[in-house]
Amino acid sequence: MNNLALKELLYKLADDQLILGHRNSEWTGFGPILEEDIAFSSMAQDKIGQSLALYTLLQSLGESDPDTVAFTRNASQFHNCILVELPNQEYDFSLIRHFLFDTAEALRFEALTNSSYEPLSQLARKIRGELRYHTLHANTWIKQLGSATEESITRLQKSLDIALPYALGIFELSSLEKELIDQKIFIGENALKEKWIAKIESVLSQTQLRLPDWKTVTPVYGGREGKHSEHLQPLLDEMSEVFRIDPGAEW
Amino acid sequence: MEKKILHILETVKDPEIPVLSLVDLGVITEVNVQDNTVLVKMTPTFVGCPAMDYMKAEVENALKINGYQPQVEITFEKPWSSDLISEKGKAALKKYGLAPPPDSKLFTDLEILETATCPRCNQNNTELKSPFGPTLCRALYYCHTCKEAFEQFKPV
Repeated sequence: MNNLALKELLYKLADDQLILGHRNSEWTGFGPILEEDIAFSSMAQDKIGQSLALYTLLQSLGESDPDTVAFTRNASQFHNCILVELPNQEYDFSLIRHFLFDTAEALRFEALTNSSYEPLSQLARKIRGELRYHTLHANTWIKQLGSATEESITRLQKSLDIALPYALGIFELSSLEKELIDQKIFIGENALKEKWIAKIESVLSQTQLRLPDWKTVTPVYGGREGKHSEHLQPLLDEMSEVFRIDPGAEW
Repeated sequence: MEKKILHILETVKDPEIPVLSLVDLGVITEVNVQDNTVLVKMTPTFVGCPAMDYMKAEVENALKINGYQPQVEITFEKPWSSDLISEKGKAALKKYGLAPPPDSKLFTDLEILETATCPRCNQNNTELKSPFGPTLCRALYYCHTCKEAFEQFKPV
């Protein structure tokens, strides 16, 4: 088992969950309707809990404890894709991001249920069931608002066009891709992207939203290598503010 | 011997649903007794369940009070599913006002969640308000007959 490739994969997964979990939590108290407030808050709790389980796996492979890893790294040490760190903006953007990211995430964990790294496949079997609620939530709203009024369709279309280059950044290739695939730890980003495109197209075809020709969309990469937008560091500063005041505090 | 331990663990309740023991909830996946040491394997209902550490401490406490040396491990070896809730547990949920979960294998589309049997009037004149509720494991419904909201334990 190539530990370096495995650790890199786990950091990618955990950081995505932690950062989008934090963004989702920013909807707490601000949702457009009460049910959406609760939905984004619940998904935040799921994602942050899942990141803790993934950081715990990393700890078992010799990395620092989950709190240290989550709260003391700087932006350049995070491996999340840039899509998840972008500010929430209006609800239409948050919804589109939720749909694009969670579809990829659900397919990723589905694939990981067959991982040769047993602790990860066990965890993936568990997480898969939870994510079903996230994708159902996203699909329901995308189908509804993607065919509702002129305003809802125009807003979602605009957000979709902005988010797509970042969404392709989810699948940024790692230099250790071959090791992961050869050792059957993970199917690899390219295989995942194919499944994702098929799924995205099938849901959006049931709406009035239009996808551009994929060849014309230039992916925004960098996140997996620690090259982030200007939005990540302020998020990390806020997230770790209490922890940094007294790192040794007993809760 | 394991039965005796399970009997003790019956006294430990889910802190968010106090009528349901951890045994009936199905989160105790293995019990092993060696002399005075009791090894208990537990698994969370949801990965992000904030009550897990609390429940673990409660299990340790219950075993200590009864003179055992507890060793409690949290693991995903046998992942939890709502199908693991016992029949006794489902009856307790219903009595508590929470609709018990339907078979999780039926849950492939949101349609299966669209109605639930109201735990008060036992009718299906109900409507899903949100698949997310006050805790990760509950969904929100409205009963048109009772004209009241209720919650269902989610199928997972």
